[in-house]
Amino acid sequence: MIRKLQQHVFFNLFRAAATVNAAALILLTGFILLKGWRAVTWTFLTQPPLDSMTRGGILPCIVGTLVLSLGAMGVAMPVGVASAVYLNEYACGGRLLRIIRLGINNLAGVPSIVFGLFGLSFFVIYLKIGVSILAGALTLGVMTLPVMIGATEEALKAVPDTYREASLALGATKFQTIFRVVLPAAMPGILTGGILGLSRAAGETAPIMFTAAVFFRPDLPESIFDEIMALPYHIYVLATAGTEIEKTRPLQYGTSLVLIALVLGMTLAAILYRTRLRRRMR
Amino acid sequence: MNLNRRWIEKGMQWGLFLTAFASISVLVMIAFFLFTEGLPIFKKVSLKAFLFGQYWYPTADPTDFGIFPLIVASLAVTLLSALIAVPLGVMTAIYLAEVASFRVREIVKPVVEMLAALPSVVIGFFGMVVMAPLLQNTFELATGLNLFNAALMLAFMAVPTICSISEDAIYSVPNNLREASLALGATHWETIIRVVLPASISGISTAVILGMSRSIGETMVVLMVAGGSAMVPAALFDPVRPMPASIAAEMAEAPFRGDHYHALFATGMVLFGFTLLFNIIADIIANKYRQVGEATL
Repeated sequence: MIRKLQQHVFFNLFRAAATVNAAALILLTGFILLKGWRAVTWTFLTQPPLDSMTRGGILPCIVGTLVLSLGAMGVAMPVGVASAVYLNEYACGGRLLRIIRLGINNLAGVPSIVFGLFGLSFFVIYLKIGVSILAGALTLGVMTLPVMIGATEEALKAVPDTYREASLALGATKFQTIFRVVLPAAMPGILTGGILGLSRAAGETAPIMFTAAVFFRPDLPESIFDEIMALPYHIYVLATAGTEIEKTRPLQYGTSLVLIALVLGMTLAAILYRTRLRRRMR
Repeated sequence: MNLNRRWIEKGMQWGLFLTAFASISVLVMIAFFLFTEGLPIFKKVSLKAFLFGQYWYPTADPTDFGIFPLIVASLAVTLLSALIAVPLGVMTAIYLAEVASFRVREIVKPVVEMLAALPSVVIGFFGMVVMAPLLQNTFELATGLNLFNAALMLAFMAVPTICSISEDAIYSVPNNLREASLALGATHWETIIRVVLPASISGISTAVILGMSRSIGETMVVLMVAGGSAMVPAALFDPVRPMPASIAAEMAEAPFRGDHYHALFATGMVLFGFTLLFNIIADIIANKYRQVGEATL
């Protein structure tokens, strides 16, 4: 009897822990939604900031975040997919593979601010790219590389070996098999990873602080060597360093809401799509 | 034709092989650039004075470059957030892997993943506008931006990491271990605590270490809610200035390749060292104590 009771108590404790997570997510997004929805108007989404950022909209920030995260995926996707193809299709154990894996795991654990320092010293200063979209996208791309490799590997593993064997039996070379059979079959999974990478890159602040983001720039960028505004950095600036922190609160909530909607929307889309894929695989 | 095909084949294999080294080369380059930009500070201060110096006054005259308060602050927020995040994350993982029905799991897992996707700047913002006034009023503090607030916000960023890796570990415990335990008359709870958890403890330890590694490197949250005071904290509600916050806040004003600039890169080196250490320990645990079947129990 007491054993049953004990089990009951602890299982409810576990359930409570899971509920706390859900509550945290709902509390945070709900709060931002409640405070921010009034600020998000058509003008807010389509106008540049006005009056030293106390009025107006966030169009340059939205454009900046989209450009930066798409650029990051432009870097991380080809490299990540190629790495994953090598790891999953060619590599066969051994010390070398272990070193590569250790490298990927450790890269995934590097703090975002250290990526910022790296981007500053390598892309901005050493390669003389300057504080720009290009430098920011490269930094974010390097940061999302492990995400991309992980997602692609999972997608490649889900492709049944019979596909490979059938293609090889028809006389295709290994590379033809990979390029024409395995990759197309894994494509949905790879794209899901790409969306997750995109959402990760869109939400990051620290890596772009010294490499791409600028405090204020009302016009839209003209080339990839321009500095750019970005949603996360804009939130940080308004909330901590703005001229009138209290007065711009509605703008801060509004910007947070747009960022959350963008990031969580992409993540949710990727999760739902992946769930469908996995179900079909079964 | 045939020769051509073989060349393409070889070329592609080499190309892919080299690309696979991209991650590790980036890692080496990060270390290299941190060192080239960080080492010059040690012409000014000794390594010991840098690591254990009590005062961080990079812009005062004369300057003081002691990052001891920053290191202590980083460790303090990380450990405190682990105290909150580890029970929460591991219990959620057990719930998902052992207790929850398939349907509940299909809902809760995406929730955890969405929690992981929340931009850190928004969590920091939430800490500033909601948690800080709340703490300030309830405990009648001078400021709500402090060690405790930062640790609490960091905990919610570490929970998803801890939870998902622990869940994988618990999930991969072979089912016949559970069945054996249940057949001996143990309850489901006893099976979890005496059989499943001991069998997955290495995976859970890896999860905890990786979660802490995420906390110590997290920047925006500590930049916005930790309070920013570069002193060794004496109490739970003292404002602190962890390493990432210091780098992020000061880099923009530090004169290019001046002492302050080099000192911030050197701080980055220390931070990088900490996370590298955490990750390598996690990797060793994961590889050395991996549960292979039930033979090693």
